[in-house]
Amino acid sequence: MLARFFDSDFFYSFRRNPVAMVSAAVVFMIIVSAVFSPWLAPHNPFDLASLNLLDSFKPPFFQADGELSYPLGTDDQGRDVLSAIMYGTRISLTVGVLAIAFAMVVGIGLGLLAGYAGGAVDALLMRIVDVQLSFPAILIALLVDGIARAALPREFHDRIQLWVLVVAIGIAQWPQFARTVRGSTMVERGREYVMAARVIGIPSVRIMLSHILPNVLGPVLVIATLNLGLAVLSEATLSFLGVGLPPTQPSLGTLIRIGNDFLFSGEWWVTIFPGLTLAVMVLSINLLGDWLRDALNPRLR
Amino acid sequence: MVDTPVLEAIGVSRHFDVSRPWLQRALNREPRRFLRAVDNVSFAVPRGTTLSLVGESGCGKSTVARLSVGLYEPTSGDIRFEGQDLAAARADSRLRRKMNMIFQDPYASLNPRWRVRDIVAEPIRAFALLSGDAAITARVGELLTQVGLAPADGEKYPHEFSGGQRQRISIARALSSAPDFLVCDEPTSALDVSVQAQILNLMRDLQARLNLTYLFISHNLAVVRHMSDALGVMYLGRIVELGPAETIFARPLHPYTRLLLEAIPDIERVGTPRTPVGGEVPSPIAPPPGCPFHPRCPLANDRCRSEKPAHIHVEGVDVACHAVQEGRV
Repeated sequence: MLARFFDSDFFYSFRRNPVAMVSAAVVFMIIVSAVFSPWLAPHNPFDLASLNLLDSFKPPFFQADGELSYPLGTDDQGRDVLSAIMYGTRISLTVGVLAIAFAMVVGIGLGLLAGYAGGAVDALLMRIVDVQLSFPAILIALLVDGIARAALPREFHDRIQLWVLVVAIGIAQWPQFARTVRGSTMVERGREYVMAARVIGIPSVRIMLSHILPNVLGPVLVIATLNLGLAVLSEATLSFLGVGLPPTQPSLGTLIRIGNDFLFSGEWWVTIFPGLTLAVMVLSINLLGDWLRDALNPRLR
Repeated sequence: MVDTPVLEAIGVSRHFDVSRPWLQRALNREPRRFLRAVDNVSFAVPRGTTLSLVGESGCGKSTVARLSVGLYEPTSGDIRFEGQDLAAARADSRLRRKMNMIFQDPYASLNPRWRVRDIVAEPIRAFALLSGDAAITARVGELLTQVGLAPADGEKYPHEFSGGQRQRISIARALSSAPDFLVCDEPTSALDVSVQAQILNLMRDLQARLNLTYLFISHNLAVVRHMSDALGVMYLGRIVELGPAETIFARPLHPYTRLLLEAIPDIERVGTPRTPVGGEVPSPIAPPPGCPFHPRCPLANDRCRSEKPAHIHVEGVDVACHAVQEGRV
């Protein structure tokens, strides 16, 4: 299996594309450092006992007052910026991946239904998609977030904020999946292998899941990768606007927002480093997605 | 008692709504438009025999194939399977198991993401004919051997096979539910000539061995001659001539059948002049009045242009043509 993968066209196209290889390496490093941050990070930014206000606003190590034990400096409460970024990336990626998973499940499900059923079901679902696509995704996320805040008691807010973000971003992104899956489903449902299954009376739901779904996943994979970058950015934007994650579980967006207050007083590192991390991560994910789109497109082979 | 035919169609029509969206229709004051893919077609397929339907592209023969296995519902008319209404027969899994279909395009009729063994085993699993992976694997191996492949081929994916081999896999899948009746929708038209003959011989062997009944759809009269007991010639959604294959090949009545037979390449007649079938098939959305074949028919007269010919029996053959009835042929 593994040998077959290394021998495939797919892997060959990866080996031939330096941009894809570099972005894959960067994404891999960011994911490893995020997932294993409790073991890799030099400090624990959430351990209040280890914080010392005397350590606050230390500059990065390459500046005159910098220390190597705080390689990217510290913030107003003496938290190590590098450790905060590693923990923050973990939260940002968690929200992004869960939001995309949510959008994929909803979008693929409704897309299959619309494409396979056709007629009135298709028309209704696609008009919902059209309406939703005419609003900026961030507005929809803000709306969902606002409704959740109004509907749920205050003491829950901090605890479930992560899930509210996941659902808000997921709802903003499902239409893209639905539209793509619907299009491919309409092509596949006219193929003879689907008719062969219908002749022997396989139930529609089983035809959709076991016959059509595996054949429409290629483009979905590409959108999922490209939208992961978008989802991470949406989360950062929401957190930057103050409706995202609370400062007790700071994501990259929260870190940028907190650091933004000190940008003009000279402590630039508190906001610039999380910002750079976000930019590099999203860029790498997008470049990887671009390559994936080309690699999976048989016409560009 | 006379054996009931396996499949019987009585006055079957199927129309497709090809109207434009209602808003455009309302704005341009257009009426709804229907494509009469199949128009008042009747035939019967007795057990153990092959009925072939031939005709040009767009004459509705594939629609008949799909109607016969219940992929489409008839707009009007009755289709009976084993003497029962088709929809009722298909609701009963014991009867539904008795019918299956072989498709035209071997590159589209096998799911590219499934292994061959799963493709062939799908009907076995769907009808719960066997239980246990070992029994299913053994049966799949048997079926693959029966169509001239090796049991080990089950581990491969469809793209690893040639067109002819894929069509063998299709046949193995169609046979795996142990059917009595197979609808074959141009099963060889996507294959090379040399491979066509292999597949046709295989299908004839299987018919003799398993006492299968075929409804065979084709545009190729040479293929049909090889296969058929009975032959129906379709034109623009209608069957214009229907009867025993030998009789029709020996003595075609309908002018359209004659033109089709004339067009078969024949090595003994090289150099003799032929009459090509002139003109185009008219649109089934707006069929011509009278006999649908009159714009292309060398024998057409005023009656043909205004009056739709009824089916008449001439020595065992059912034909719809004014010229035949009037003896002008």
